[in-house]
Amino acid sequence: MDYYFKTENLSVGYNGNTLIRDINVKLEKGKILTLIGPNGAGKSTILKSITRQLDTIRGSVYINAQEISEWSPKDMAKQVAVVLTDRIRPELMTCAEVVAMGRYPYTNLFGKLTPKDREAVREALERVHALDLAEQDFTTLSDGQRQRIMLARAICQEPEIIVLDEPTAYLDIRHKIELLDILREMAQKKDIIVIMSLHEIDLAMKISDYLLCVKGDTIEAFGPPEVILENRTIEHLYDLSNGSYNLLFGSIELTKPKGAPRVFVVAGGGYGISFYRALQKREVPFATGILFENDVDCQVATELSNHVVAAPAFEAMTDEHFGKASSLLLQCEAVIDAGTPAGSFNRLNLKLLELAENNSIPIHCGKSAAEAHSWNT
Amino acid sequence: MKPKEGISASDKEKNRLGNTGRFSFVMLLLGCMLILALVVNVNIGSVSVAVKDVFRMIGDGIRYGVANICTKGGYAQEFNSVINGSTESQILFRIRIPRMLLAAVLGGALSVSGYLLQVFFRNPIAGPFVLGISSGAKMVVGITLIFLAPYIGSISSLTLILAAFLGSLLITFIVLLFSQKVRTMSILLVVGIMVGYICGAVTDFCITFANDHDVVNLTNWSMGAFAGASWDNVRAALLICIPGILLALLLSKPISAYALGEGYAQSMGIRIKPFRILLILLSSLLSASVTALAGPISFVGIAVPHITRILLRSSKPIFVIPATFLCGAVFCVFCDLIARTVFAPTELAIGTVTSVFGAPIVIYMMVKRRRAQED
Repeated sequence: MDYYFKTENLSVGYNGNTLIRDINVKLEKGKILTLIGPNGAGKSTILKSITRQLDTIRGSVYINAQEISEWSPKDMAKQVAVVLTDRIRPELMTCAEVVAMGRYPYTNLFGKLTPKDREAVREALERVHALDLAEQDFTTLSDGQRQRIMLARAICQEPEIIVLDEPTAYLDIRHKIELLDILREMAQKKDIIVIMSLHEIDLAMKISDYLLCVKGDTIEAFGPPEVILENRTIEHLYDLSNGSYNLLFGSIELTKPKGAPRVFVVAGGGYGISFYRALQKREVPFATGILFENDVDCQVATELSNHVVAAPAFEAMTDEHFGKASSLLLQCEAVIDAGTPAGSFNRLNLKLLELAENNSIPIHCGKSAAEAHSWNT
Repeated sequence: MKPKEGISASDKEKNRLGNTGRFSFVMLLLGCMLILALVVNVNIGSVSVAVKDVFRMIGDGIRYGVANICTKGGYAQEFNSVINGSTESQILFRIRIPRMLLAAVLGGALSVSGYLLQVFFRNPIAGPFVLGISSGAKMVVGITLIFLAPYIGSISSLTLILAAFLGSLLITFIVLLFSQKVRTMSILLVVGIMVGYICGAVTDFCITFANDHDVVNLTNWSMGAFAGASWDNVRAALLICIPGILLALLLSKPISAYALGEGYAQSMGIRIKPFRILLILLSSLLSASVTALAGPISFVGIAVPHITRILLRSSKPIFVIPATFLCGAVFCVFCDLIARTVFAPTELAIGTVTSVFGAPIVIYMMVKRRRAQED
């Protein structure tokens, strides 16, 4: 395999103090690498080191088989373009002028733009869907527009590698998606390597070809998202002992309510989720069942409760499950019927409700969590 | 904040003159103003000279001057007769023209120096006076005039320039040291002002122990004035300022990239350290030569680049540098005219006049900048 970008036992840090050791990354052209990790883990330090804004401490970084310290500033600029977190405030510059700065390594002594340079500027603006902003003053832009223009500037530099430090910070969800779509397109169509840091693990999983998990002084893991997904790397990376991160959905759940269950939710088929959340918000520990293992309710419930009775999918529930569920139910002060329709496989849930009635445990029938808010537990 | 968009904005953009067109227009305007300033300046004074005589004498002066140089002294007599022919011509050639030229060159140099500092600190209110650099120059010049004069003998303008340059560099260096520690511009400006006060204190201390004659020299100098300008001064100013401005023009490409911040500039292939050193040396050299030849002049360095950017509606250095030079020249020539004539025969210090016009502009800028940050 031909690796265009490569680091070998790279150590980075400030003022000669090593912050992160032994970084080994290999990327082919057209790949997207995302650095994830907690705040202050050193993602920016790595990005600054591979773009030569910081001196590396040990090890090497190769671009096109040449060590980066051997590149002249001008040639390096033709290889690597950056989008930084710096909030710039250039006075009296139009967006087109900011983007045209990307032509710096190509223009003459006085920075005169040739027709070819102008075409590159126009193309870059078009690629980020910002042609209409060309003549607008840069300082009047919104955060989303600014970030697009800065990306256009990087594209205009015609690099082989684009390095972005938290490009989605300050952006709302729509602009995040737009920006990442553009990056994906650049990687696919222009064979550009994208190296960036992201805070949104879910987006990182979806856009990246490789993930680099940065934690404190070492690299926790490097590999395709699927591999990272399999191990519980993410929880470990962010020291998630309370809340949890659902890798399948890429969603984050808050801390589980502690203690013995006080409410039993009879659910399934996605009907239960809103009730689980409502209970979790009020810190009421709950039990739920009987759920099939492939049910969305089951996915969410296991993140929010330690008392989930789950049965294998595609089979009828057995008495064993019913036994577990009923013993949990009898401990509870109340039962919620989430309204899941009963079919031939989950008929035992009806028996659970009957059991509650027979033991005069109050049953709340809910159509929505909105009602749940008015309940007084 | 939603940016202004739509038809009205794009129409306005179209109506705007093209960058180059606007630049030519502004340069032409400033050029005309400079010529006007020349005529008015030479014309007005305790002895008024008719406009047509002014043109005639200048025309003759240039013609015979050039001829004299071309023929290596062949027209020396004619040239002398033009200059010394009458009281009026003597006033013109020995007093008013060198004074005006000095004001123009130094005003331009000071403005460009301020512009370079603003680029360096990426802040529109940085300037040699605000950052204490002028005060530093004054301090070293004061020490030179008071304590070193007896050893050196006569003080030439070159000595003064060297002393002022040394003082400027010293303070620039101190401010730079602080700029490594404090990232906030406002604190850095306060540091600059405080350093300026310390320099002032040292200067006052020197004055206390100096003899009267030296103090008069220093006071005259530090009032800041173009009075008593000689052709020697003009020559010295041109020798330093013209190469300085040309060098600044050569830096215009990295300067424009530097406006996006150090990180981006570096990523585009600028060697940041040498560039920053060059910028600060150049700025110090320009402001030092001004300070040495005309004393500390306040606010020109801040106000003029700002006015120029407003006129140009652009911050492209390749346009801004020459326009700033010209604008500074016009600004200083007019300020000098006011200093010379308003309370004639008493002359005001040039700094008095530039402050009156410059300070309000600085206040306006700070208020506007604050508002922009709050947005």
